[in-house]
Formats: sequence, structure tokens, C-alpha cells
Amino acid sequence: MFDGPEPIYIQIAQQIRAQILSGDLPEEAQVMSTTQYATTFRINPATAAKAFGILVDEGLIEKRRGLGMFVASGAHERLLDEHRAAYLDRVFRPAVEQADLLGIPRDRLVAYLEAHPSTTSASALAEGEIR
Amino acid sequence: MTTPYGAELTDVTVTYGRGNRALDEASFAIRPGTITGLLGRNGAGKSTALALLAALRRPTSGSVRVDGADPFENAVVMGGVQLVREAGDVIGDSSIDESLGYYSELRPHWDSEYAFALLDQFGIDPSATPNKLSRGKKSALGCTIGLASRAPLTIFDESYLGMDAPSRYAFYDALLEDYTEHPRTIVLSSHLIDEVERLFEDVVVLHHGRAVVAETADALRGRAVSLVGPTTAVSKLADGRHALATRSLGGTTQLTLEGSLEPSEIALARDAGVEIARVSIQDLFIHLTQETDPVSADPTRKAAR
Repeated sequence: MFDGPEPIYIQIAQQIRAQILSGDLPEEAQVMSTTQYATTFRINPATAAKAFGILVDEGLIEKRRGLGMFVASGAHERLLDEHRAAYLDRVFRPAVEQADLLGIPRDRLVAYLEAHPSTTSASALAEGEIR
Repeated sequence: MTTPYGAELTDVTVTYGRGNRALDEASFAIRPGTITGLLGRNGAGKSTALALLAALRRPTSGSVRVDGADPFENAVVMGGVQLVREAGDVIGDSSIDESLGYYSELRPHWDSEYAFALLDQFGIDPSATPNKLSRGKKSALGCTIGLASRAPLTIFDESYLGMDAPSRYAFYDALLEDYTEHPRTIVLSSHLIDEVERLFEDVVVLHHGRAVVAETADALRGRAVSLVGPTTAVSKLADGRHALATRSLGGTTQLTLEGSLEPSEIALARDAGVEIARVSIQDLFIHLTQETDPVSADPTRKAAR
């Protein structure tokens, strides 16, 4: 674990975001404490604290004094929105640009989409977007 | 509540015998409250540097500061410094109980209850004498003393090398847990770098008596990146950059690049089927302390894993 090229604290933050997005960490659920995280994964507590700090700054988790850290309400939806926007940018923008280049009108694109209903469940699509 | 000690060596030289330099104008700082790894090959000067911090000796020249003061013959500072050497400093032929009694008097933050809990965890009978213990148990006793002293500067000088893997991991877990509850400065010197590198916030590498690295573990890890993939794609990414090591097999190349990649470069690499991985501190350490440059000396030489 944590073998990616990014600093470990960024990888930890990414992992927790993925858990929130997939629902493994539901909203209002308690997140492991810095100590628990550090001892479980045998990493420096400052590294874990740095990762949690990023997520707190992003409003995805919140500290409750004396209780610990919890997934913020709305965190799941917000991550999902971000991923939806990123997905449209990454997949649809080039597709639309290409369609413009080929002179395929927008209404034909819409008609195409409507004629090809999804064969995968929405949750499977969301799963695919986690990475 | 104790305030963790910082420590600093400035231009420190230590000469043994006829001009044998254990340290050669070494300079580095240990930030208060960090877990700092002190790495170096055999004879690099690690134990000498740690002995200076623990005021077991004075430098031939240069300055040593612990919590802002010269630690030598300084009772105030030394009450807050605990050095654990592999053998452990205990009375060999009387009970462990008795040795721990001395520590409780010498160390203002000593936690007796915690000490006995650790002994129990390591399976050590406090009524036994240290001389009768196995090498692994002796090391575990040393680690117990280091942890239970809760000293603002606690130094483990290869203290846990005699312990078997389960005991070492029990020690790492105890260390992390106690460190978060009782923040202090911890210096670990070890040859088992892969095992401990994620515990480090800072890393100091000594080589031939000099500090060649003194920075955060993240900064050190950012010094290099490993690429594995189709040779053409890897060479394209590496173009104009310094390769620390290269290995090719068929159409696949593994390359260790100096520096880090921008997120855009990472995306580009992934699209080209190139796998990017971090380079472990152990591998960087091997590279940094190699006597000859493996790239210029022998391009086919096996790179540090």
C-alpha cells in the first residue's frame, strides 16, 4: 500500500476520498483517528495528520471536539459531483469536439445517446469513476 | 507535559586515535517533535553522532546543541535525553526490576506502569537478570527502557536489531502509539530501512562522517521516481533528465529518474502504458551511499531494486 509516486499523505487522502465516494465510509461515519491510522498502517502520525488536514480543508471530513473525525454530511454528493464534472470533461468534451469536426449536429448526438440506453447500473458506473 | 527537544550538530568533527575521523565536519539538525531516521552504512559515524547527543563524549571540534545547550556534563538537559544502545544500559547480574528502579529515579518522565506492561508484552520477567536474557529479549528490554523513559529526546541506536520480526513490529506499534499520546523527539538508527522508513518524518543520512541528507522523508522520496514500461515510451519520458539507474529486458525498461514528475507527466506516462512507482528510501539510501556511480561506472549493473 502507498506505493504510488505521490507523497504518502496525498495517497492516504485519495484513499479516503475513494472510500467516501464508494460508500465504504458513509456520511456521518467516524474516520479512524490519527493514532489508529498511524498504528494500523505503521506510518508517521504527522503523515496521517497531514492527510486528514487536507480532507478537513476540503470539507469532506470534520473534527468534532472530544469525539474524533467524521465524514461530513454532503461529502459523498460533493465528491460525486466533482467526479461527474471530471468525467464529462475527460470523456465527453473530446467526443463533442470530434463530433463538431465531423459535422455531426448536437441533436443527432442526443438522439444517439437516447437510442443507446445504459446497460450497466448507475452504481457500477460510479465505481468505475473512483480511480 | 514535556516539550520535545531539538538537537543540532554544527561542523562537528570527531577524531579517534591517529586521525581516524568518525565525523568529518558533520552538520545537521533534528527538529523537535519529529521521528527522525538516522541512516548510514557501517562506520558512517551514526553511533558517534548519537553518543554526542547523549553527551557520552565531546566533539574534537564543532558544536553540539541539545535543546539549545551544550549537553556535555549538563544535568538539566541530560535528564531529558535517553539513548538506548543495542546492548541496553542495565546492570547485568541483578534483577531487571532493580535497573528499572534506577531509571525511574534518573528520568523525570519515567512511567513505571507502562514499563511493566511493555515487559509483559515482550514476555520478559522483571525478576530475571539481563545477563540471562536472549539477545532478542535484551533488545526488547532496551526498547522498553527507551519508551518508558518518555524522554524529550529519545534515541534508539539500532536497539531493536536483535529482536525477531513479530517483536520488532510490536515495538514499532508501541512506539507510534506512545509517540502520539506523548509527543517527543525520537531518533531511530537502523539498517532495516524498509521496515521503518514510513515511521520517519525526517531523515538524516551520514556518509563518511558527513551528513549528505537532512530533510523530510517526503522530500527525500521526491528525489527520484521509477518508471517501468515499453522502452520507447520510457526513453521519451526520460529525455533530458538524469537517470540514476537503468535496466532493460526485451522491449521493457526500468528507469530510476532523478527528480519527480509533474501530474501532467504522470498522466502522460500512464497513457503510454508506463508504470510509475516511488523509489523507496532504502533504494535512495543505497544510491546515495554507493562508492561509485553505477550509471557511469557500469550501465548494465543491476540497479537498486
